[in-house]
Amino acid sequence: MSDILKASIEEFTLAVDNDRSRMMDVVNAVQAKYGCVSSEAMDLIAEAMDVKRVEVESVISFYGFLSNEQKGKVVIRLCNDVVDKMLGYDEVAAAFKFELGIDFGETTPDGNISLETTACMGMCDQAPAALVNDVVVTELSTDKVRRIIAELRRSLDPERLVTKLGDGNNEHDLVHAMVHNNIRSAGPVVLAGLGAGKALKKALAMTPQEVIRSLKASRLRGRGGAGFPTGMKWEFTRAALSLGSDKYVICNADEGEPGTFKDRVILTEYPDILIEGMTIAGYAIGAAHGVLYLRGEYAYLRAFLEQELAKRRELGLLGRDVAGKTGFDFDIRVQMGAGAYICGEETALISSCEGLRGDPKNRPPFPAQKGMLGRPTSVNNVETFCSVARILERGSGWFNQLGSKGSPGTKLLSISGDCNRPGVYEMEFGTPLREVLKLAGGLNAQAVQVGGPSGELVGPEQFDRAICYDDLATGGAIVVFGADRDLLEVVAEYLEFFVEESCGYCTPCRVGNLLLKQRIDHIRAGRGEKADVAYLQELGESIRFTSRCGLGQTSPNPVLSSLRNFPALYEEVLKEETRGFHRRFDLASAVSKAEEIVGRKSSHSEEAGAV
Amino acid sequence: MTDATFSIVIDDQEISARPGQTILQAADDAGLYIPRLCAHKDLVPHGSCRVCTVKVNGRPQSACTQPAAAGQVIESETDEIRGVRRAIVDMLFVEGNHLCPFCEKSGDCELQAVAYRLGIAAPKYPFLFPKREVDASHPKIMIDHNRCVLCGRCVRASRDLDGKHVFDFVGRGIDKKVAVNSAAKLADTNIDISDKAVDVCPVGAILRKRVGYVVPVGERTYDHDPIGSKIEAARER
Repeated sequence: MSDILKASIEEFTLAVDNDRSRMMDVVNAVQAKYGCVSSEAMDLIAEAMDVKRVEVESVISFYGFLSNEQKGKVVIRLCNDVVDKMLGYDEVAAAFKFELGIDFGETTPDGNISLETTACMGMCDQAPAALVNDVVVTELSTDKVRRIIAELRRSLDPERLVTKLGDGNNEHDLVHAMVHNNIRSAGPVVLAGLGAGKALKKALAMTPQEVIRSLKASRLRGRGGAGFPTGMKWEFTRAALSLGSDKYVICNADEGEPGTFKDRVILTEYPDILIEGMTIAGYAIGAAHGVLYLRGEYAYLRAFLEQELAKRRELGLLGRDVAGKTGFDFDIRVQMGAGAYICGEETALISSCEGLRGDPKNRPPFPAQKGMLGRPTSVNNVETFCSVARILERGSGWFNQLGSKGSPGTKLLSISGDCNRPGVYEMEFGTPLREVLKLAGGLNAQAVQVGGPSGELVGPEQFDRAICYDDLATGGAIVVFGADRDLLEVVAEYLEFFVEESCGYCTPCRVGNLLLKQRIDHIRAGRGEKADVAYLQELGESIRFTSRCGLGQTSPNPVLSSLRNFPALYEEVLKEETRGFHRRFDLASAVSKAEEIVGRKSSHSEEAGAV
Repeated sequence: MTDATFSIVIDDQEISARPGQTILQAADDAGLYIPRLCAHKDLVPHGSCRVCTVKVNGRPQSACTQPAAAGQVIESETDEIRGVRRAIVDMLFVEGNHLCPFCEKSGDCELQAVAYRLGIAAPKYPFLFPKREVDASHPKIMIDHNRCVLCGRCVRASRDLDGKHVFDFVGRGIDKKVAVNSAAKLADTNIDISDKAVDVCPVGAILRKRVGYVVPVGERTYDHDPIGSKIEAARER
């Protein structure tokens, strides 16, 4: 084993020239081949890449899809997102456990199949869903689970689970997925389609400064959520000092906000527009290097995207002297993630691209000054790059007329939950939420989560608010909750997500969210007190105020926005304690250990049970 | 360089700062103490504990990472900021198992001293009582993870000052912890008792063995003067 392991690690490290910054590629490859990155493997990787063992351990222990413990040949990761839980997760989870005879976190005794859960994997429009190694299985039912396990026991080949293909490029040989695009409404910008090369040709006829000027004139803002003006970002990156074209353009294809899946559809159907936008960025900024950071959950799209890149290289649209423009060299590589929501934060994403833990970085310096490997870097969202390509093709004036005054253009919305037509909707900015819900068949909602858990939970009285940067800002995730959903449960689930996905770097996000979650759990267990509202509010505000990155700052939003928009939710369950007891104190569980030891019930525990 | 200095305002007091200084450094030089835990004068800023959070022109920032810039108006000792600092220190107390009465670091501990300075008698959050390990494998040094606040000083000191990289962070979220550069124990690393990494721990997580209570309680660093006094003394002179 040792010699074989050593040989493959040498092969993997050599493939990346023993470049320490390509650590993710190496550990991903070892994980895929051996089902873990063992203690021995860590030593070998450290030796081959000339780093310390603890640095390798630091990386492996950070990412959800990497492990130092042996996993089965097949790993099933059932998505435990809120939407999956609304659409049958419990039954499906029970079926997996029953069919495999193991619990989550365990591996079958023959070492073949491991069962795990994973956070939102970008399939809320066809939930419940799971990853079986890299293969996506959707719309799960107990019947489907039975067939899946039977097939896996027979062949141990996840590819054989895909018997019916989805639409569009999901049928492509290199994608070969049962995933459906669910494009419900194609707008004029992103989902309209575009012939490869058109926008690029126009851009290359301009000077880089003119390209940036035209982007600034379009008033395009980042589509990932923060909404920073794209033209300005590029201008800063262009202006930053660097040796020649040693700068980076990074595409953030790590959409991980629970409820979002719109980038999945762009990556599947319009990769050429995305690549075109990235290439234009390279030209405008003066960058030679492009990186497409693809979330681990979308590994099934990797081969297809690699081929798209290769095709463009053949056409001369990537590589040396792009599209015949002498001196403009630009190429793109795909960087795989490994299951970490935090890597959607741009500086965390850069850390990951550098082969490190996905910790966000301190700012300043900003990526435009010092980003990837210390070089000026622009990180933009998938949708942003697509908009760029269209702006260059059609002109900033055309783009400017779409959308609302402060928010020109369109927004891709991923809509799921209690609605009749879940899927992707490209809407002009300024569209009222009500209209979106009408299109999706979700008007009966009691609440809608706009912008995912880090966004805002709104009720029907707010459905006339507009989707735009100045009102209901969103990265695109819209989750609809019908009348009979328990919204406090939704709050608890989203908090659990942040507890799981916090990188742990800064105190408030690492500890504060766990404290929030605990208190919500107490309240849900009927142990809430009136004072809990002030406690939650103050704790949430402290986390928002002191957290280091955007994700930490928005992590208490499930609590803060439900307190603001749904105060009755808390009033209904919080009672005044009149007997001077701490309701939160669970006497029955406090004495349960002692009861076990002495072998009889305490009279107190009965009294506690009556609370 | 003196002509390059500029002024910033902290809590209505105008102080001078030099280019390249952080807000924390400029405040220290001016004799204004901003509480901090992960920051250390010999180490690159980490920005992780968030105790030094201030408001810079209305926006929360960590003073240890934010460069001083001309014209900044900074709030530090306001009720709002004292409140969030207390919240953070409370979080650090409940996150670990900090038993001041028998901790060898008591009186020299920066977490304890900052808590006193902020007027914390007991944390307002419920204790999490995590199960954490003690690594006493090394003949001269021990690590008690119960008292670790994840400030990363040992990580930075070992990497940047000792050139060894004995420590690094593993895990994420609430499971994040400091690990050593070996399969299991500190004894299997090349750490040395003279390493800077051994000295920089603000709490009782990394301790020298066999020197316990050499300095009696009552004569320790913060027993008489609160933390920050030295910095503030510079102002009074």
